[in-house]
Amino acid sequence: MYGEIKMTTLEIKDLNVSIKDKEIVKGLSLKVKQGEVHALMGPNGSGKSTLSFAIMGHPRYQIKNGSILIDNESILGTSPDERAKKGLFLSFQYPSEIPGVKYSNFLRLALNSLRKAKSLEPVSVIDFHKMFKEQIKNLGIDDSFASRYLNEGFSGGEKKRSEILQLSILKPNIAILDETDSGLDIDALRIVAENINRLAKEENIGVLIITHYQRILRHLHPDFVHVMVDGKIVKSGGKKLAEELEEKGYSDYVKEVIAE
Amino acid sequence: MIKTEKERQATEMSYDKYDFRYDTNDYQIIFNRGLNKDVVKEISRIKNEPEWMTEFRLKGLKSFFEKPMPQWGANLNDINFDNIIYYMKPSDTNKKNWDDVPSYVKETFDKLGIPEAERKFLAGVGGQIDSEVIYHNVKKEFEEKGIVFLSMDEGLKQYPELVKKYFGTVIPYNDNKFAALNTATWSGGSYVYIPKNVKVDLPLQAYFRINAADFGQFERTLIIADEGSQVSYLEGCTAPRYSSESLHSAVVEIIALPGSKVQYITIQNWASNIYNLVTKRAFAYKDASVYWIDCNLGSKVTMKYPSIYLLEEGARGEVLSVAFAGNGQHQDAGAKIIHVAPNTTSTITSKSISKSSGRATYRGLLKVYPNAKNIKSSVKCDALLIDKESRTDTYPTIEIEEPDATVTHEATVGKIGEDQIFYLTSRGLSEAEATTLIVLGFVQPFTKSLPMEYAVEFNRLIELEMEGSVG
Ligand SMILES: Nc1ncnc2c1ncn2[C@@H]1O[C@H](COP(=O)(O)OP(=O)(O)OP(=O)(O)O)[C@@H](O)[C@H]1O
Ligand SMILES: [Mg+2]
Repeated sequence: MYGEIKMTTLEIKDLNVSIKDKEIVKGLSLKVKQGEVHALMGPNGSGKSTLSFAIMGHPRYQIKNGSILIDNESILGTSPDERAKKGLFLSFQYPSEIPGVKYSNFLRLALNSLRKAKSLEPVSVIDFHKMFKEQIKNLGIDDSFASRYLNEGFSGGEKKRSEILQLSILKPNIAILDETDSGLDIDALRIVAENINRLAKEENIGVLIITHYQRILRHLHPDFVHVMVDGKIVKSGGKKLAEELEEKGYSDYVKEVIAE
Repeated sequence: MIKTEKERQATEMSYDKYDFRYDTNDYQIIFNRGLNKDVVKEISRIKNEPEWMTEFRLKGLKSFFEKPMPQWGANLNDINFDNIIYYMKPSDTNKKNWDDVPSYVKETFDKLGIPEAERKFLAGVGGQIDSEVIYHNVKKEFEEKGIVFLSMDEGLKQYPELVKKYFGTVIPYNDNKFAALNTATWSGGSYVYIPKNVKVDLPLQAYFRINAADFGQFERTLIIADEGSQVSYLEGCTAPRYSSESLHSAVVEIIALPGSKVQYITIQNWASNIYNLVTKRAFAYKDASVYWIDCNLGSKVTMKYPSIYLLEEGARGEVLSVAFAGNGQHQDAGAKIIHVAPNTTSTITSKSISKSSGRATYRGLLKVYPNAKNIKSSVKCDALLIDKESRTDTYPTIEIEEPDATVTHEATVGKIGEDQIFYLTSRGLSEAEATTLIVLGFVQPFTKSLPMEYAVEFNRLIELEMEGSVG
C-alpha cells in the first residue's frame, strides 16, 4: 500500500425509525467499516429494509432518535444523492421501474455525477460502454440490457443482477444489499456471490448484506452476523451464528423479545 | 415541493438560445397595427396576387369578423386584435443563396443552426422571419426529381392552377375563427408538391421565426403528395421573449393522394408570450398514410388539434403528440381522426406534462361514419403531473356511428413516484436530474419517432423546460 488510504466507516447509533408514526426500528446500533462483510438476518417484518431505506435517506422514513454517521459525520438530513456521493450504495429488495429510461444512459449519468462530486472527468460514452460490457460479462447478463429500459419488465432475477451490475460500475465504499440473493436460481446465486466477493476485495467495499439464507453467506464469508428482531439487533456473532440460525430458526430470539 | 418566490422565478424558462432579436429599423415594410379590409387588400397587392386570391382573403376576413371568439377551450379573451401588426417584411424574399441574405437574417438562421442542418441532413429548407420567407432552397438532386418546395407565395406564382385547385379545400376559409384570420392575412409558409412515385429520403424543413413584437405570423402551408410518393416535412418555430403578446396562427393543409405517405413533424418552442392557434388537417385517400408528429413546447396558449380525414379504403392516420405546459402556460392540444371510409386504421398517442401552474388539456375527436366498416382505432393519452399545482384534463370525444368498429381508448394520469425519485437519487442523481430523467423516459415513445438530430434537440428542450423545476 502506498501512502494513506482513507477507510470509510458507516456507524449507526441508537437509531429509531418510524413510518407514518409507527416505530419500526427501535434503538439499533451497528458499525460497518470498509472491507468488512456483515450479514443482517431476521424474520419478515423485523425492519431490515426500513433500516436500509433510513440509511440511504428515503424521505418517507422519519428518524426519531439516534444518528447515522459516515466517518464520524452525521448524514441525517442529507439527500440520497449526497449520501451516494459519500460512498453509500443500496441494492434494493424491490427496485423501481423507470419506463423509457435507457439502462446504460441512466447508469452513465449516475456514474458521472458521482465522479463529478470527486472532481473527476466524466466517462465518455465509448469508455462507459467498454466498462459496461466487461461488467455484464462478469455477471452473465445479456447484451440487450444496455438498451432496455431501467428495470422495466425485468424478471426477479434480472433485477437482482442489475443491482449488482450497478454496484460494480458505481463502486461505492459501503454497500447495503437488501435480499440480493432472493429470486436467484442456483447458478445466478453463485455468479452474483462471486461478483460481490470480487468487488468487495478489489474495491475494498464494506458490505452489509440482508438475507434469510445461509446459501449466500457460504460464498461471502461474513466477518459478522447480526440478528434483528422487532427493530433491534438481538444478537451479533461470527459466521457460526448464521449456521446456527439456519438450523434453529429465530424462535429463541423472538421469544426473548416477547418475554422482555 | 412547495416553492419560494425565488424558486418560482427560477422555473421561468431559459430560452437563451432562442431569446435574441434584431431591431426592425431595416425592415422594408411594417404595417400599422390593426386589421381591416384595406390591410388585407394591401397584403394581396404587395404580393401581386391573382384576383381570386384577393377575393378569397376577403371572404376569410368577413368570416373572421363574424365568428365569435371560441369559448370552449383555452382562455383567448385577452387577445387584442387591434394591437397586432399583421404584416412585416424584413427584406427581399426567397433567396436561394445564403450570401444574398442580409447579415442579420443570416445571423438569426445561424443561431438556429439552419445552414448546418441543411448541409447535414436536409433535402431542402425554407426560413421565414415574421411575414416572409427570406431563404429557400432545395438541393439539386431533389429538384431534379421534380420535387417542388417553395414558399406559399412563390407556389401561388409558379403553380397558380394547382394552388387554386387545392388551396382552402381541406380547411375551408370559414372553418374556424383563426383559420378565417389566416385565410385573410396569410403570408409565407410552404408549398410542397411531390410527384408520382417519388420518395424523398431526406426531410424538407421549414423554419418559422417571429422576430418583432406585437406581431401576428400567419403562414400557410399546402402539401400535395401525389400517388405513391413519400415525404417527411419538418417545421421548427421559435421567437424571442417580449412582455406583450404575439399571435401565431397558421393553417396547414395536406393532401395525401392514393398510396402516398406523408409525415409532418413540428418542433415548436415558442416564447411564453405567444398565442399559438393553429389549424392542421390532412385528407388521406386510398391506401395513403399520414403521420402528424407534433411537439408543443412553449407559448402562452396553444390550441392545436392536427386532424386526419381517412376518406378512402386502406387509408391510415397517426397522430403522436407531446405537450409541455410550464408555468402560466395552457397547452390545449390533441388530435382528430375521422374515419369516413371502411377498412381504415388510426392511432392517437398523446403525452402531456404539466409543471408549476401549467395546464395541459387533451382534446380529441374520434369519429366513425356509418358504413365505415372494419375500422381500427386506438387512442392513448398519458398525462404526467410534476407537482401539486400543475393540472391536466382530458376531453376525448368519441362518436361511432358504425357498430362494426374496433376502438380502444386508454387514458392515464401519473405523478412522479417518490420511490422512483428515491431509486434514482440513491444512485447519485440530484432530485432535479432524476425528475428530468423520468420526464424524458415518459416522452420516449415520442422521441424515438423523431429523426436523430431532432430527438437530441427535443431532449435538450425538455431539459430546458425542466430546469429549476425542483424546489
Ligand atoms: N410504507 C410503509 N407503510 C406502512 N408500514 C410499512 C411501510 N414500510 C414498512 N412498513 C412496515 O414496517 C415493518 C418492517 O418492514 P420491513 O420491510 O423493514 O421489514 P423487513 O425486515 O425488510 O422484512 P422482509 O424480510 O419481509 O423483507 C413491517 O411491519 C411493514 O409492514
Ligand atoms: Mg425487507
